[in-house]
Amino acid sequence: MSLDQPKTNFTGGAVGQSVPKVDSLEKVQGRAEYIADLYRPGMLHGAILASPYPHARIRGYDLTEALAAPGVVAIITGDDVGEGRMGAFIKDEHAIAKGKVLYVGEPVAAVAARTEQEARAACRLIRVDYEELPAILSPEEGLEEGAAILHEMLADYIKVFDAGSEGNLCSRTELSEGNVEGAWAGCDVIVEGEYTTQPQAHVSMEPCGALAEVDANGRVTLWSANQSVFRVQANVCESLSLPMSKLRSLTPRVGAGFGNKMEPHIQPITVALAIKAKRPVKLILTREEDFEMVRARHPFKVRMKTGAKKDGTLVARHCEVLVDCGAFADDSPGVMGYALLMCGGPYRIPHMKAEGRLVYTNKLRFGAFRGFGNPQVLFAGEQQIDQIAERIGMDPFAIRRKNMVREGDRWFVGPEIASNGLAGCLDAVEQAANLPRADGSARNFGLAVTAHISGLLGTGAIVKMLEDGTISLNTGATDIGQGSDTVLAQICAEELKLPFDQVAVASPDTDGSPYNWGTTASRVTYTTGRAVKAAAKKVVDQAMEQAAEMLDCDVDDMELREGGRIGKVGSNSDVTFAQISGRAHWAVGGPLVGSETLVFDQPTHDPKRAIALGLPFPRIGVFSFAALGVDVDIDEVSGQVSVREAWSAADVGRAINPKLVEVQLHGGFVQGLGYSLYEEMVWDGPRLANPSLMDYKVPTMRDVPDAIHTYIIEDPDPTGPFGAKGAGEIGLNAAPGALANAVAQATGFRHHHLPLTGERVLNGMLAAEKT
Amino acid sequence: MAKKMLHSLTLNGEEVEVASAPDATLLETLREDLRVLSSKRGCNQGVCGACTVIIDGKPVRSCLTLTARCEGRDVRTVEGLSDDRILNALQKHMVEAGGVQCGFCTGGMLMSARNLLAEVPRPSRDAVKSALSGNICRCTGYRTIVDAVCGAAEELAQ
Repeated sequence: MSLDQPKTNFTGGAVGQSVPKVDSLEKVQGRAEYIADLYRPGMLHGAILASPYPHARIRGYDLTEALAAPGVVAIITGDDVGEGRMGAFIKDEHAIAKGKVLYVGEPVAAVAARTEQEARAACRLIRVDYEELPAILSPEEGLEEGAAILHEMLADYIKVFDAGSEGNLCSRTELSEGNVEGAWAGCDVIVEGEYTTQPQAHVSMEPCGALAEVDANGRVTLWSANQSVFRVQANVCESLSLPMSKLRSLTPRVGAGFGNKMEPHIQPITVALAIKAKRPVKLILTREEDFEMVRARHPFKVRMKTGAKKDGTLVARHCEVLVDCGAFADDSPGVMGYALLMCGGPYRIPHMKAEGRLVYTNKLRFGAFRGFGNPQVLFAGEQQIDQIAERIGMDPFAIRRKNMVREGDRWFVGPEIASNGLAGCLDAVEQAANLPRADGSARNFGLAVTAHISGLLGTGAIVKMLEDGTISLNTGATDIGQGSDTVLAQICAEELKLPFDQVAVASPDTDGSPYNWGTTASRVTYTTGRAVKAAAKKVVDQAMEQAAEMLDCDVDDMELREGGRIGKVGSNSDVTFAQISGRAHWAVGGPLVGSETLVFDQPTHDPKRAIALGLPFPRIGVFSFAALGVDVDIDEVSGQVSVREAWSAADVGRAINPKLVEVQLHGGFVQGLGYSLYEEMVWDGPRLANPSLMDYKVPTMRDVPDAIHTYIIEDPDPTGPFGAKGAGEIGLNAAPGALANAVAQATGFRHHHLPLTGERVLNGMLAAEKT
Repeated sequence: MAKKMLHSLTLNGEEVEVASAPDATLLETLREDLRVLSSKRGCNQGVCGACTVIIDGKPVRSCLTLTARCEGRDVRTVEGLSDDRILNALQKHMVEAGGVQCGFCTGGMLMSARNLLAEVPRPSRDAVKSALSGNICRCTGYRTIVDAVCGAAEELAQ
């Protein structure tokens, strides 16, 4: 067989077809290039010296021995970077530790040498004079009177929202609607509880890395593993005080992200090294460094109270969260604000109050991770919905149907809900899960539902018709493996009625691509897809005008035909894109280029219905919905939970590529399964105790059930490209809630702490027997 | 630093000579000295499987294998099996079944799967999951990879 050509035995419209990903062939042939696979002439290798202390002042460095070590070309420390600070919400982070270290594992110095081994060896010869300071290892400690302060200059940092920062309080957010305090008296059932969730590591299979070089004019070219070449550019330039025009940010293929590669990792350090060494420098983290140095999912403490009428009508919910920020703000204010926005779940609850405090601690930064705070609050919220249902004798499906938000409703605080396929998701899961097990035994069933946004921030697209009538699409959206290059090309092809394989997708490049905030927040298909569709439409319009002139007709009589032709309505005569584009390039009108940029502009907050303080996202919206059912087995001796079967239904508006949606649902569920049942980053005092794949377990093939059933529900969003909404995170969100509900059904014990380890579940079973 | 020694081995069907330190791993040698890049450094600890290569017909973690121990042996990576009937079928089915997402695990996954199908032409789904449980994928949830391996096995058996 030949593997030279992708399978493209279809013509015309590509939307709705499960075409193989455009990067599949190079990946199965081992030809895809990731950051570690790039080499440049004269390139050096970098390595990082990490802080051994959680909190210490840096009194000085002795680099004498290290500089004399074999192969060493340059060393940078905090002394080599200026006063610039970066950060998505609060600019609190230097390129490398400067003056102080704030967590074990924080980069303190970096070496560029001929080989990675030489660079690592030289790092061990760097002497740093530290003055230890008291370490803050929990949010509670951070808020104590007289606690050691991590960021003495916090008041002076640039903040992009009203953070309310003070002491070690990084930010606070308060959202409310209705009158929660007054509502409890009218409730027949009230459940309340405190819940904790653990830190989870992203474990993208590709560790973070970067490669930087400086040209003769001092302009930097930077390749890195990233989720946004534009956020890389902004972070490097802010932290190194470079004009953005002096840095070009590019991307090779990226070995997944899940949030870990959205904001900076070691790009600023790599650039500083390349500037100092005056040679290209590549720096690739080890797996251990990737665990200790980059970021992880936030541990949450959630206090939640929910009240309902005896007919199951939800009345009120109060949710308070205390969130460990780690050493730098990073995406944390956004994660907490989003968690509070989502803490009511996809329900009509007239009286809602959500409050959160985010506290700096001497741990690595916590940040964006698939779900973005939603899984943590749903772990509490979806259990409380089941508890209310149990108390009033209602079915878990029925109580959710009764209370779910509807099309035309507003989400908590104010965003519009323009489409909602949750009812279809519940139907799909209920029908399938109601069937008995093959062996006739009773199911240990758990259900949870969720919603997630897909509209956020700025994006763009440039569609160029090449001379021969084929298409080049450039969006600046990094495909991290999930398939956005493919999906965006499908949207473009559909709008142009061209075979999908005639659209080439350009690799993101800050020089040549339109702005794209990033591959994050389940936003690319919806937000960037909108720009692609609009830009392609502009090319069609230009081609129509050309064709009208060529056929000597009125432009209003022109129609776009399959396969790149434009003709007169009711006539066989037409012209091809090649003829049109040739004319445009060489004779009349100029080359056909359509471009579109947009920023998502629907307000999050409706001041008439809600009070919002410290809301980090002023404009957010477009909701996808999902329902997840699970059936578990519990080992009576070990307490270990295993998933026998799962049903994941998601309303994604319109599945541009159904196979890729399915894989998002599979992959999201399995990452959520690991999070719910055993994944946990464990700190031994100030030090991460399990920064390796030997000690941090992620699901393997043997740990996941074969029977993960997915159901795609399509309730098109009126603003989405062909109706599409996001699909990237929604498959993970509901996993902890659904699994906790299944364990409660099986054992009679409600768990308030993640993960649901065998030990916890066994103790719960023993406790349930006693009562 | 220990002195480098010259080693000769067969890489993807060609005799190669490479100078490497006594503690150099095959993964380092493949990537840094020979620029054969399909084997990835995912953990450098033998857990993730992204560096899996085939040595004398058996899948091996190249990050745990010293280059010095590969003297005279036959080393194969994805690049060197482009005419391999089993690998071709696996590649085709991985593409079509959606078994490829970020792709970082794919090379190693294919090496393990190729070995499985060479030894067990029609494995059950459970047998596939056992054989590939040492190759971690964080993207797909594994289902589509199992589908691809079973699909390839079926096609090869016809």
